Amino acid sequence: MLRVSMTINGKQATKEVEPRTLLVQFLREHLGLTGTHVGCDTSQCGACVVHVNGNSVKSCTLLAAQADGAEITTIEGLAQNGEMHPVQAAFREHHGLQCGFCTPGMVMSAVDLLKKNASPSETEIREWLEGNICRCTGYHNIVKAIQAAANEMRG
Amino acid sequence: MYAFEYHKPSSVQDAVAALSDKEDPKIVAGGMTLLPTMKQRLASPSDLIDLGGLPELVGIREEGNSLVIGAMTTHAEVARNETVQARIPALAKLAGGIGDPQVRHRGTIGGSVANADPAADYPAALLGLGAAVITNQREIAADDFFVDLFETALEPSELITAVRFPIPQRAGYSKFPNPASRYAIVGVFVAQTDGGVRVAVTGAKGSVFRVTEMEQALASNFSPESVANIRVPADDMNSDIHASSEYRAHLVTVMAKRAVAAAEG
Repeated sequence: MLRVSMTINGKQATKEVEPRTLLVQFLREHLGLTGTHVGCDTSQCGACVVHVNGNSVKSCTLLAAQADGAEITTIEGLAQNGEMHPVQAAFREHHGLQCGFCTPGMVMSAVDLLKKNASPSETEIREWLEGNICRCTGYHNIVKAIQAAANEMRG
Repeated sequence: MYAFEYHKPSSVQDAVAALSDKEDPKIVAGGMTLLPTMKQRLASPSDLIDLGGLPELVGIREEGNSLVIGAMTTHAEVARNETVQARIPALAKLAGGIGDPQVRHRGTIGGSVANADPAADYPAALLGLGAAVITNQREIAADDFFVDLFETALEPSELITAVRFPIPQRAGYSKFPNPASRYAIVGVFVAQTDGGVRVAVTGAKGSVFRVTEMEQALASNFSPESVANIRVPADDMNSDIHASSEYRAHLVTVMAKRAVAAAEG
């Protein structure tokens, strides 16, 4: 067993895990943070996207051990004082989801994009979502939601 | 995924020692290929040696007329690095077209090069630019490094520490990506270097290769028209559900033309 320790949504978590424990298993099964989803489990669909040290990554393709000492943000860490993050609010407002399965990953990818590029073009948004698959919406409303969030966040 | 022992060495020396000591060890860099392979139980190393604790393997620096990129530098870092964008823009563009953003945040140049996937992008840049792979033991010219399908000149306990890219006069990369994975169905890297013109093709065969006929034509006239009528034989090209060998052979010429046009700017 390995002892891993990381900061998740601002809180310190330390656990003993098997070396083969994936970060997404650590979040969901060891810490009960089930907002991060497992879709394909093959690093294609992006339902499991979280932020590790400020970058969006696929938590199904990262060992918890590799994230030892890291700062992690999950979908549970976005809302502040009961207020949704502007990207979450925009997804609701613009109907950027239907079944909602891909949504945590979509939102986490979008938040990372807007941190790196405050005014992305539609093409840049669509290219950034290359690694996030949605089988319901056809992406149009997701793109609209991200554009609206970008406007909102620029103020 | 089968169980394994995990190690996170704090020096290159310790990493190499672990590689030599363990029964069936594997190095994990970004893990973008290795972890999915282990999940499918296509790989079951006894020990994983994580290079994530070696910051000395991360970074990009200009050294004389070349760029030296540390083995643990991610694709995203190469893509957005201002020195790479200024000195070898084709390399920044190539790195920015690997996989998707989340993969580029984890995947590393050393991992990609060591894995030598026949459809990976970086091997085309290394061979096309006449780069050298720097290990804990020696420097290996790209021409000697890529041996065959997932096979390189690395010794079992040898570790890539960096890649040295000579800065070309101009270079261009064009790939026809698999629309799902973004791996190259065919990718062509063209560079006009101090040592002559080099044309390297990835995705089409078991390993990256050069097309000397195109290099000679471009040496006398560096323009897309020079390669427009040069056909490569389809006999030993990959053929799968994504593209037949004949289609890949055709794409080599088309991608070469586009790569030359991209190099012309």
